[in-house]
Amino acid sequence: MADLSINFAGVKSPNPFWIASGPPSNTAYQSHRAFEAGWGGIVWKTIGDPIVNVSSRYSALNLGGQRMVGFNNIELISDRSPETNFREIKEVKDRWPNHAVIASLMVDTRERWHEFVKRSADCGADGIELNFGCPHGMCERGMGSAVGQNPDVAETIVGWVMEAAEIPVIVKLTPNITNVVYAARAAKRAGADAISLINTINSITNVNLDTLTPEPSVRGLSSHGGYCGPAVKPIALNMVQSCAADPEVGLPISGIGGIGNWRDAAEFLALGSLSLQVCTAVMHYGFRIVEDMNEGLSDYLDSKGYKSVADFSGAAVKSLSDWQYLDLNYKRVARIDYDKCIGCNLCYISCEDGAHQCIDLVDSAPYGLGPGRVPGKPVPKVREEDCVGCNLCSIVCPVDDCITMVEIETGREKFSWNDYQARLAKGEMQPIPAHP
Amino acid sequence: MLIKPLLDAGTAARNMAEKEARYAPQEALIESNRCLFCFDAPCIMACPTGIDIPSFIKKIANGNPTGSARTILTANVLGASCARVCPTEVLCEGACVVLDLEGDPVKIGRLQRYATDYVFEHQIDVLQAPAKKNGKKVAILGAGPAGLGCAAELAQLGYDTTVFDKKKEGGGLNTYGIAYYKMPPKISLDEVKMIERLGVKFQYGVEIGKDLTMPELEKNYDAIFLALGLGGANRLGIPGEDLPEVVDALEFIEWIHTKPLHEVPVGRRVAVLGCGNTAIDAVSQSKRLGADVATIIYRRGEDDMPAYGFEYELAKNDGATFHFHTIPTEVLAENGHVKALRLAKTETRDGKVQIIPGSEWTEEFDLVLKAVGQEKQSSAFEKLFPSLKLDRKGRVEHNPETMATSVPKLFVGGDCANGGREVVNAVAEGKKAARGINALLTKQNVTGPVQPSRYGAKDGALGSGFNHPIRVPELLAAMNS
Repeated sequence: MADLSINFAGVKSPNPFWIASGPPSNTAYQSHRAFEAGWGGIVWKTIGDPIVNVSSRYSALNLGGQRMVGFNNIELISDRSPETNFREIKEVKDRWPNHAVIASLMVDTRERWHEFVKRSADCGADGIELNFGCPHGMCERGMGSAVGQNPDVAETIVGWVMEAAEIPVIVKLTPNITNVVYAARAAKRAGADAISLINTINSITNVNLDTLTPEPSVRGLSSHGGYCGPAVKPIALNMVQSCAADPEVGLPISGIGGIGNWRDAAEFLALGSLSLQVCTAVMHYGFRIVEDMNEGLSDYLDSKGYKSVADFSGAAVKSLSDWQYLDLNYKRVARIDYDKCIGCNLCYISCEDGAHQCIDLVDSAPYGLGPGRVPGKPVPKVREEDCVGCNLCSIVCPVDDCITMVEIETGREKFSWNDYQARLAKGEMQPIPAHP
Repeated sequence: MLIKPLLDAGTAARNMAEKEARYAPQEALIESNRCLFCFDAPCIMACPTGIDIPSFIKKIANGNPTGSARTILTANVLGASCARVCPTEVLCEGACVVLDLEGDPVKIGRLQRYATDYVFEHQIDVLQAPAKKNGKKVAILGAGPAGLGCAAELAQLGYDTTVFDKKKEGGGLNTYGIAYYKMPPKISLDEVKMIERLGVKFQYGVEIGKDLTMPELEKNYDAIFLALGLGGANRLGIPGEDLPEVVDALEFIEWIHTKPLHEVPVGRRVAVLGCGNTAIDAVSQSKRLGADVATIIYRRGEDDMPAYGFEYELAKNDGATFHFHTIPTEVLAENGHVKALRLAKTETRDGKVQIIPGSEWTEEFDLVLKAVGQEKQSSAFEKLFPSLKLDRKGRVEHNPETMATSVPKLFVGGDCANGGREVVNAVAEGKKAARGINALLTKQNVTGPVQPSRYGAKDGALGSGFNHPIRVPELLAAMNS
């Protein structure tokens, strides 16, 4: 059995699954429940000077009857006192000494940072996470994403924290920035032990078309919120990999953003995360979802021969590069399995109207009648010589493995955009003719 | 008649309630999102009226039930009743590709009901007739599905349209002849009112040939659409057939639609002769109205019955019993009322049903419902339209594209043209005839098929018009019969 335990920048955890800082990590009660369910760690809901929340705090993007594809909140940091929070962290650590408890912090002045860092260590927290990402409410007061969006400011504040820190410090990064790598580098320069990303993305999920007020509505007025949940996973993966691949960052990464099951978790690990943080999926289904996460990840690592999470972490980082290194001589085409085709013809219309017009509707006679295909109704056929291999038809096809993208041997050696530009510059070749 | 109503009002209403509940908005959302939004979907081609089904379903998914109903009713003005009475299993839902993907098709009929109920309930008229009429007048004989389909289409084209029917209300068999649990008459009557709001005039209690003669019609109207359906039940040709408790099954169903449910007389022991879909409607409703025994008597076997498989299942679930390979030889009476049926076993030799000698027995019944097919109106039509050509099965001969008959200005559609098919076929023929009439009166060609196809846009590839690509054998058989 693969070893799921991790040592994340000095924070030890029986498995990589942590509750992210947010509503599920607000109290000792919830922490006990999370650990009983099988979570490895918890990042406490951000502690700072007490705030006051509004009523009506969350909203969601539903899609095609599927709830909470995306989720949005305008809730602030903990509305409980620092005393209560630190006392409860101690209580949790006393009961769960082998689990990771991280104090998420957000204050303003150097003195306050020193004070809160020290209090975190005093209560037994295994580490500290700096909330430089919260995109609503706190940033207007010069905290949260106001810090994370300015690498210089972030670097200064991380510096203050490091002056007082005796336990590992994780800097949580905001995605509301042009290039997250700059913020990650700033954290590294200031001596942080690790980074976590992404925090939520600025969002408005929807507008009520009767009242013309977006949700969450507070007496007819809403506010820009923070977006998370399954819909943000691709954005989070992109940012995680960018930081993992950057030679100047070189910090352990705690991956956050749309993780809801072991597959999501494995993808975040593959792209360079070592620990994983989950909030929205728990807000949807409760702490119990971790059982399948642990089981699924363990089985997956076993099936692929990985000995531990650390062994697997980053396994796919190098499978991405900048576009100019991709092989222009690689070719794939779409092939339709007529035994599986049900005749919806979405491949045809998507290619015809939405892509490159490489699928014809032809007489079905040579292809027989499959399920759903009826006499007289034409079947889609790919013109392979014109197919650009864009994948669209295979993406829209509702039947698994009906349209596959098949590699065509071109017999030509690898030839990237960089190679092309180099040979053009040397006068070794003519420009490739533009597509008609 | 000796038979009496058997149930109190509450029980009768409960037993006869629509067999499926209307979708709640969330159910409709979930179901509509199962639709793949096929391009030139097989379901469209399986629908005789060519409703753009993926579009109307997408509109439900997008929270636009009004637009959805507009898509439905533009193609099929009786979309609300067809949503309930269409054999969707062998039409749109039988062609649905999700059936192949998941083993369970998108519930097109129930979604269609959801959208059409929405506009009827909110009193939204999605169809419109032009404010100015084109000055031409069309008479429609028969207010059943074919007549209504034709009238609605003509009204939208600007014709001054009048529908004549001998009944007190419109809708034809949709109002009087559909099993109550499939569709209460209110649905059909609401459809008639909607067509009235398009400017179509209705004259009820008018018998053609008696109250209104052909010369009058020919003089006053630019075209006439004949949609008088079929005649009464076929004769059995056995002794006792004329006893008071031997009733045409359609007449029995009409009682159900014209009396309060708890006042409909029904036998304790009901025999239904025949095993088509009307027989099923009769036997199931007999059980639901309190009959102790309701038995189908059919001269052939289970595999030969004309009723759809899902109808057979429904009747069995309602507790109906079945005597296959059985034929009545006499209706026995006591004091002038039905007492029993004399029955005999049959066998089929060389395709012919024969009585097995010595197999006769007697079984008590107090109501006998005849569902052995309706007579053609051959003799009535011969009197009304001496030059009208009928085929050897008694159906009115017509051009399949325009529905024009051998009589100038006379068009035909529905059961009297097709010999008796589904409501949706009648609507499609009415619509086709309207286009034929429009072509005649505007001296233009009929353009495009009733069922649109988006194929063939490119290089004329395969052209359009492969109608009815049905892969359900029982429907193919029904269509070819």
